Amino acid sequence: MIQVRAFCAAVISLFAVLMFAPAAQADFASSLARFAQDEFSETALAIDEIAASGDSRAQQVLEALGSARLFVDPASKKVYWRAATSARTIHDAANGEPVVDPPAGLQVVRINNRLRGATLNAIGALTLMAPDPARRRAAAESIFKSRDASALAPLEAAIKVEKDPSIATLFAQARAVLMLAAPQATKDQQLEAISILRMRADIGAIAALRSTNASADADVKALAADAVTAIEARLKLMSHVQNVWYGLSLGSVLLLAAIGLAITFGVMGVINMAHGEMVMLGAYTTFVVQEVFRAYAPDWFDWSLPVALPLAFLFTGLVGIAIERGVIRFLYGRPLETLLATWGVSLILQQAVRTIFGPSNREVGAPSYMSGAFDLFGLSVTWGRMWIIVFTLFVFVSLLLALKHTSLGLHMRAVTQNRRMASAMGIRTPWVDAMTFGLGSGLAGIAGVALSQIDNVSPNLGQSYIIDSFMVVVFGGVGNLWGTLVSAFALGVANKFLEPVAGAVLAKIFILVLLILFIQKRPRGLFALKGRAVEA
Amino acid sequence: MMPNWGVCMSINFVRRGVLAGMASAAMMLTVGAPAIAQETIKVGILHSLSGTMAISETTLKDVMLMLIEEQNKKGGVLGRKLEAVVVDPASNWPLFAEKARELITQHKVAAVFGCWTSVSRKSVLPVFKELNNILFYPVQYEGEESERNVFYTGAAPNQQAIPAVDYLMSKDGGDVKRWVLAGTDYVYPRTTNRILEAYLKAKGVASEDIMINYTPFGHSDWQTIVSNVKKFGSAGKKTAVVSTINGDANVPFYKELANQGVKATDIPVVAFSVGEEELAGVDTSNLVGHLAAWNYFQSVKNPANAEFIAKWQAFTKNPKRVTNDPMEAHVVGFNMWIKAIEKAGTTDPDKVISALPGIEAPNLTGGMSKMLPNHHITKPVMIGEIRADGQFDVVWQTKGLVAGDAWSDFLEGSKDLEADWVGKKCGNFNTKTNKCGS
Repeated sequence: MIQVRAFCAAVISLFAVLMFAPAAQADFASSLARFAQDEFSETALAIDEIAASGDSRAQQVLEALGSARLFVDPASKKVYWRAATSARTIHDAANGEPVVDPPAGLQVVRINNRLRGATLNAIGALTLMAPDPARRRAAAESIFKSRDASALAPLEAAIKVEKDPSIATLFAQARAVLMLAAPQATKDQQLEAISILRMRADIGAIAALRSTNASADADVKALAADAVTAIEARLKLMSHVQNVWYGLSLGSVLLLAAIGLAITFGVMGVINMAHGEMVMLGAYTTFVVQEVFRAYAPDWFDWSLPVALPLAFLFTGLVGIAIERGVIRFLYGRPLETLLATWGVSLILQQAVRTIFGPSNREVGAPSYMSGAFDLFGLSVTWGRMWIIVFTLFVFVSLLLALKHTSLGLHMRAVTQNRRMASAMGIRTPWVDAMTFGLGSGLAGIAGVALSQIDNVSPNLGQSYIIDSFMVVVFGGVGNLWGTLVSAFALGVANKFLEPVAGAVLAKIFILVLLILFIQKRPRGLFALKGRAVEA
Repeated sequence: MMPNWGVCMSINFVRRGVLAGMASAAMMLTVGAPAIAQETIKVGILHSLSGTMAISETTLKDVMLMLIEEQNKKGGVLGRKLEAVVVDPASNWPLFAEKARELITQHKVAAVFGCWTSVSRKSVLPVFKELNNILFYPVQYEGEESERNVFYTGAAPNQQAIPAVDYLMSKDGGDVKRWVLAGTDYVYPRTTNRILEAYLKAKGVASEDIMINYTPFGHSDWQTIVSNVKKFGSAGKKTAVVSTINGDANVPFYKELANQGVKATDIPVVAFSVGEEELAGVDTSNLVGHLAAWNYFQSVKNPANAEFIAKWQAFTKNPKRVTNDPMEAHVVGFNMWIKAIEKAGTTDPDKVISALPGIEAPNLTGGMSKMLPNHHITKPVMIGEIRADGQFDVVWQTKGLVAGDAWSDFLEGSKDLEADWVGKKCGNFNTKTNKCGS
């Protein structure tokens, strides 16, 4: 198999050499020398020449150029590249040999977006027959996007030897795009291209169909327009599914931020304005954990989030207990004083973090399983968002179970329902209060770990969530966890359906107005607690 | 105890009141040599050290302290030492006006360096006019203003927005034909986008090829907007996003772009409010190639800049501390002010205001910036592409310096106006009616 590919690669190179005869006369070394000029126009020429040279060194050099690993020694004007896998090994670009003692002061060859695109196209054409399927896939996608007519010949050759059916489809789609744009393609070829793209049915296919060559046959144009309408109708349907998904994702973020407050405010009745700062402390815990990982175990970076979760829970839980013991327990039954005192605490925490970590954002990296997106029936789902939804539901279920089936949960419910009776039964109510507040704060802390993946980690992080959290808890019905769940997802989905129609600013205002009207009608929220306990 | 929505609504009022109280009571500190008050020249620093804008403005306070310390080492000015008076307006726009009044009436400062958002500048304007003092404003802004008491050392739209769009339209910029103008919902993005829309239409861009989108401050859920941008970009024409998104909202925006796989080679994003400082909180390896337009980048190679970066990192005791464009604006503005005092021989605001136009001071990118009669300065315009290490590669820059234009030539009602505080003594002289005051 590989031999066949190698043979074909040789044939293509030969073909390329014949096609670009004038450029190929410039030898590889003089093309390399162009990089040393540090001029975009020279670099552009070098890319074209090297891509057309068919030289076996071309791919290495172009890939290094594309990912800022190609260097020039300003003194000797010699060109080097660094291996993608190892930060230390420097190779001489002229012969590909590793250099033992590379010269100091190497400078990266600069490129701009246009050159980056040209480099990607050139690599695409060179890697159509790479043994690695992922690279062939990437090559097909890059040609699909660039619509670079010169890639047609290598593409045709690659289609002939491709065995993997899914990659063969990608190749066919890439060829279809080139056919549509090419003025010399026959009507039949173009009609076939349209049906292939119609099958693909995504945004990229629409873009390709819309760029049908202006000189194409009227039938072809009509059919292309027809295909665009068909795909658009399908995508419109998908956009509703997408809105629901985005809504669930926003809802999960709201729920995560509010779930701790559902305990401190919902169950205990403490208006805790420092709740947002607990979220912020959780996010900063993640930052500190990641810094430790970066310094001591960079290879284990993917484990930083699982490690940060329990630490954030413990740390913010302890801070929460300290706040309860130090401030709040003196203020039970005095909501306005509690509000002011916790707000003061929130300012102190913010300023403390600002003093320790500085006012600017801190970088919290995304582990590999949290970055990127995958395609689900034409719906682009980002991994990070999906894991946050899963994680939120996990936290929610664990909390429900903890409240129902542990003795601490039983004590908590007893104390919130009838404090004096619980005390008479021998429950240490002050201890339960501290634990409940700690639990709520700990939950805010693990919310901070998740939110550090999508928002900035700065001292202001908590402020942007505090109002939303209160909104979710009040709308859902104070003291009712299921209410919080339904309310978070309802607000999220409603927001995401309003946003495309009304814009982000108006959507937010509409939601607030609707909420105020709703609260006027049902002051206790969606699921109000009933019975004597409420009056206590 | 059963709090209802009414309690939650009142939280907002309480927060406001406490915020103002706390901030004005505490957070007032005076830095500088404990010299006799009459002998020092006081310099007001009016930047938020707490609240949402602290992220950007704290740095500017530090850079001012560094410049003043350095000037004092050189012996001060007119034989007198400088003394910094730092106040904290706490990202609260009305408090900016109160603090400005406090600086001028109580501390008797000779000039104030401060403000970041346009709304804070608008809030202090009446104070500076009434008490006749000088404000140096270091941030790129929307233009449409020229005041006798204000010196604008940041970029006007023709020194940032218009050249950036020109670059994207050029072959090197990718020959962009379709435009998304995305911004935060307040005066700077709205005015800039109005100017850009008029400019693009004058260049023959059709209305359906322009999409305008506004989001609230601190917007964090960008899924819908990024997917809409992707959809808009699929029309078969090269598309670019011009971003006037401000402050904290940028980080989640760029994270979403990276996650949804919007590459700079497909849909480049050019930002006017994202610099080295903002990128410090983002992993930029997926953002390589997205653009920013500024008048200064830390990566610019020249001796003056290298010296400044070294001094800054030594002053902050942080070898990784980055520099950015508004910092450079303060450096230029401060040096111009010193030269103007030396020229006028006094710190009297009226004399310094008339001395300032025509003063030249070197900028950090190798040129000589000049204060113009319209109280704006000349600057080079640069387009940078984000690198994997969070710095920018300058991929394009204007041949010489560009003069800042207070009144845009692309807006009805503003194109006939001209600011000239030297000849005409007027900030909005109408060239059609030949009268001052539009």
